[in-house]
Amino acid sequence: MIEFITGDLFQLIWNGLFVGSFYALVALGYSMVYGIIKLLNFAHGDIYMLGSFIAFVLLGSVIGFLGTASLPILLLVLLITMILTGGIGVLIERVAYRPLRNSPRLAVLITAVGVSFTLEYGVRQIFGPAPEVFPFRLSGESVEVLGGRVSVPQIVLMVIAALLMWVLQLYVMRSKEGRAMRAIALDPRATLLMGVNVNRVISRTFFIGSALAGAAGVMAGAYYGSIDFLMGFTIGLKAFTAAVIGGIGNLYGAMLGGLVLGLLESFGTFVLGGEWRDVFTFACLILFLSIRPTGILGARIAERM
Amino acid sequence: MATTRSTDAAARGAYIEAPAPLHARPAPLSGLLAPQRFMNTTGLLLFILALSVPFITASPYVISILTSAFIYVMIAMGLNVVVGYAGLLDLGYIAFVAVGAYTSGILTTQFGFSMFETIPIVILACVLAGVVIGGPTLRLRSDYLAIVTLGFGEIIRITATNLSITGGASGIHGIPTWSFFGWSFADGLELFGITFTSKVLFYFFVVIVALGLATVGAARLSRGKLGRAWKSIRDDEDASEAMGINGYTTKLSAYIIGAVWGGVAGSLLASHLSAISPPSFEFLYSALILMAVVLGGMGSTPGVIIGALFVSLAPEFLREFSEWRYLIFGVLLVVVMIFRPAGLWPANAVLPFLKKRRIEPLTTTNIPWAAEAKQAAEAKQAADAAQGRDGDAARGPAENGSGAGRDGGAR
Repeated sequence: MIEFITGDLFQLIWNGLFVGSFYALVALGYSMVYGIIKLLNFAHGDIYMLGSFIAFVLLGSVIGFLGTASLPILLLVLLITMILTGGIGVLIERVAYRPLRNSPRLAVLITAVGVSFTLEYGVRQIFGPAPEVFPFRLSGESVEVLGGRVSVPQIVLMVIAALLMWVLQLYVMRSKEGRAMRAIALDPRATLLMGVNVNRVISRTFFIGSALAGAAGVMAGAYYGSIDFLMGFTIGLKAFTAAVIGGIGNLYGAMLGGLVLGLLESFGTFVLGGEWRDVFTFACLILFLSIRPTGILGARIAERM
Repeated sequence: MATTRSTDAAARGAYIEAPAPLHARPAPLSGLLAPQRFMNTTGLLLFILALSVPFITASPYVISILTSAFIYVMIAMGLNVVVGYAGLLDLGYIAFVAVGAYTSGILTTQFGFSMFETIPIVILACVLAGVVIGGPTLRLRSDYLAIVTLGFGEIIRITATNLSITGGASGIHGIPTWSFFGWSFADGLELFGITFTSKVLFYFFVVIVALGLATVGAARLSRGKLGRAWKSIRDDEDASEAMGINGYTTKLSAYIIGAVWGGVAGSLLASHLSAISPPSFEFLYSALILMAVVLGGMGSTPGVIIGALFVSLAPEFLREFSEWRYLIFGVLLVVVMIFRPAGLWPANAVLPFLKKRRIEPLTTTNIPWAAEAKQAAEAKQAADAAQGRDGDAARGPAENGSGAGRDGGAR
C-alpha cells in the first residue's frame, strides 16, 4: 500500500494529467463551438489529425532543407500549423455549416459526419492508409519525482498546453471579442441587435477551436511519433466525453473535464488493463450523461430535443 | 353558460354534433395509377423479380453479392426506422448488427443451437442493448444520442476484440447456414428436377426475410399509429407531447425496433459470411449505412432501398471507384444535406404520372354557410373601419411581439 502511494499513485496521476491536457485542448474547441451555435462538430477530431499531418509535411520539408530540427523549429511549425488548421476550420464552417444554420438539427449533424468523413478519407487518398512516422520526436531524459518518472518532453508539452489555455482564457474573458462570443452563447439574436457581427464571431470561434486542435495534433505527433488518418476519431470522441464531464459550453469545464477524464482513464487502465481503456472511457460518458448531463461545472438548464 | 350546458349534455350521454367539414371529402383514388396501389404493385413485381434471379443466372458471384446487398437493405430499413421516422441520429448502428451476428455465431458454434433457434435470443439481446443505450440517453438532446451511440459502437467492437468467447481479434469461424427442424440449407434441395444449392436456398431465404418481411414490415409500421407518433415526435416533440404522445417511450420504441431489425440482419450476415470478426463492425460501416439512408431519402421506403443497393453494389460495378468511394460519400453527404436534404427519393414524393388527390378550393359555391361567413366578415371589417385606425395600430405591435416570442421559443 505504501509502495503504491509512493510509486504508482504519483505516476498514475502524472500520466493522467499529461494525457488529460491533450484532451482538454481538443475539448476546448468542441465546447466553444457547441456553446455558441449548439453544433456538435464531429469533424473536430479530424482537425486534430489534420494538424499532425500538416506539421508532418512542414517538418519534413524543414528537415529536408536544414538537415535537422530542434525545439524552436517545432514551436514555429506549431504556430504555422495552428494558423492553417484554424483557416481550415473557418472554411469548413463557411462551406458546410453556415448554409444549414437554420436547418433541423439532424441535417447539421449528418453534415458534420460527412465533413469528418471527407477529411479522413481525403487525407487517406493523399498519404495512404499506412501510419506515417513523424519526422521529429521530442526526446529527453526523465526525472524521478516522488517515485514516478517524468520526462522532459512531457513537461514541455504540458507547459505549451497550459500556456495556450491561459491565453485563450484571457482572450475569452477579458477581450471585447471574447465578450461578443459569450454574448452569442447566451442569445444570438439579442447580440445581433446590439450590433455584433455574429457570423464573424462564429468564424473566429471556429478558428480558435481548430487552431487549438491543430496544436494538440502537432504535439501528439511529436510525442508519440506515429500518425494515421483515423487518429482523430477516438480523440474526438474522448474530447467530447471530456467536454460533457466538465459541462459542455463551459470554458473552464472543458479544461477541467479533460484533466478529470485523463485521471479517470489512467486509473481505469491501471485497474482493468490497457485493452479496456476506451470501453471504460465511453462507459464513463454514458454514466455521466445519465446521472449529470450538464457536467461538473455546467449550469442546470432545462433543455429539450 | 354554454359550456356548462354542453358538458351536462355530454354527461347525459347526449350526442354532440361535430362541426361540418370545411372541404367535401375527396373520393378515394382507384385504378392501378393510384399512388399507393401502384407502389405496392411495383414492389411485388420487384420482389418476384428478385426471387427469380437464380433462374436467370446461377453464377455464385451474382447470388453472393445480391445476398449481401439485400441484407444491407434490411440493415438500412432498420436504421431508417431510427433516423428517418423517429429523427434520432444513430452513429453506432452497426453495433446492433454486431450484437445479432455475435449472438448467433456464439450460440451456433459453441452451444450447438441451430440458426433458427437463435433468433428469439438475438431479438432479446437486441432489445436489451437498445434499452441499455437508449434508456438513459433518449431523455437527453438528440446530439447526445448521436455521440453516445458512436461510443457504444466502439464499446461493442472493443469488447468483441477483447473477450475470449467472441474469438478475440480473429473472430468466429464456421458459422452454419440456416436449418429448420433438422433440415439444413447445406443439404441442398431437389425440386422438379432442379437442384438448389445451399447458397441459392439461402438467397431465397434472405430475399423473403430481408426484402419481404423487413421492408414491408417497417413501411407498414411507419403508416400505423406508432409510425405516425414517430414522425410527429421527429417534426415537433413539444407539440406532439401536447397532443398526448409520450415522447420518451415513443423514441425508445423506435430505437428498440431499429435494434431488432439490425440484430436479425446481423444474424443473416453471420450465416452468409460464415465468419465474423471485429473489423467488420467498425464505425465506417455505421457511416455507410447512414449514407444509404440519407442519400436515398430519410423515411422513404423506395429511397432507402435504392440508397442501400447503391452503397453496397457501387464498389462491385466501379472497381476504380472503390478506392475513392469513401471520400466521395463524405462529400456527397454534405452536398445532399445542403442542396437536397430530403434525399434522392423524398419520403412524400409521388411519381409525376400517378393520380393525385385534388382538394377543391374553398369557394362561396361549394360551402353552404360561406356566403353568411363572408357577410359577417365584411360587416366586422366595416365596424373596424368605423372605429378608425386606432384598432389597427393597437393590434399591430401585439402581433409582432407574439411572433418574435414564438421564434425565440423555438430556437
